[in-house]
Amino acid sequence: MPEAVLFFIFGALALAGALGVVLMRNPVHSALCLVGVLISIAVLFVIQDAQLLAAVQVIVYAGAIVVLFLFVIMLLGVDRHESLHDPVKSQRPLAIGVGVVSVAAFIVLGNANWTSGDLASRGVVSPAGTNNVKAVADSLFTTFLWPFELTAVLLVIAVIGGVVLARRSHLPARDELHELEEQDSEVQDSEVPDSEVPDS
Amino acid sequence: MIAATHLSSTYYLTFAAILFGIGAVGLLVRRNVLVMFMCVELMLNAVNVTFVAFSRALNDISGQAIVFFVLVVAAAEVAIGLAIIVAIFRRRRNGATADDVDLLQG
Repeated sequence: MPEAVLFFIFGALALAGALGVVLMRNPVHSALCLVGVLISIAVLFVIQDAQLLAAVQVIVYAGAIVVLFLFVIMLLGVDRHESLHDPVKSQRPLAIGVGVVSVAAFIVLGNANWTSGDLASRGVVSPAGTNNVKAVADSLFTTFLWPFELTAVLLVIAVIGGVVLARRSHLPARDELHELEEQDSEVQDSEVPDSEVPDS
Repeated sequence: MIAATHLSSTYYLTFAAILFGIGAVGLLVRRNVLVMFMCVELMLNAVNVTFVAFSRALNDISGQAIVFFVLVVAAAEVAIGLAIIVAIFRRRRNGATADDVDLLQG
């Protein structure tokens, strides 16, 4: 199948799914549209000779991140009552204006001639006699070794942050705090006359 | 391999621009925190498509390597962001939208 046919089919699917993510009222439907977008983009990766990235896209994004989203949606309960009232006046038209302007700018940039001048030589995409996985691995473990090590630090920080945030705090929650304060003030109000009675 | 029938990278860049725009508008318009996070994922994916398109147009593998780092950042961001959302929801039951988290506004 020619590349153009696949591009237009899955590009249209991805854009339709993206619109679905934004327009669906139910967050679960948004998450399912997101799966469609991610798998379509994985197909776009395949037709661009990035087979390893396509596999990683499906495994990490569709397999882990969307499942995490669905976990949180189910944990918190589906909330369909999203208020359409904007606290900032005219935020919606402004947002759409910003989106249209930025898309137009990116399209103009995308049509520019980018391949002028000397090309960098950090390894070709499809080297002869080997495959995409080896090419990416060669680049990742030689040229990008230091950033690769830094991602380990980033992931450790994320894990620690997740644990700290998920730990149930020993401080009472905001609503409970208000209740406790009200109880305290009631107790004090009722205790004050009692303590004054023996003195008088 | 299929160098003779390559689609111009302009198509991929235009596609990525539209995808990024949809994500950006969704992030600004929607008030549900989870959907806003999904829109951030859309924008990150648009950037990934751009990286891969340039990687092939310039025949340089580093574009594909950088997509890995974007993936790591996206995973860390989702883990921390969802933990923050769960922590917020645990403290205030009825606070469902981004506008309810206005404690710093005073």
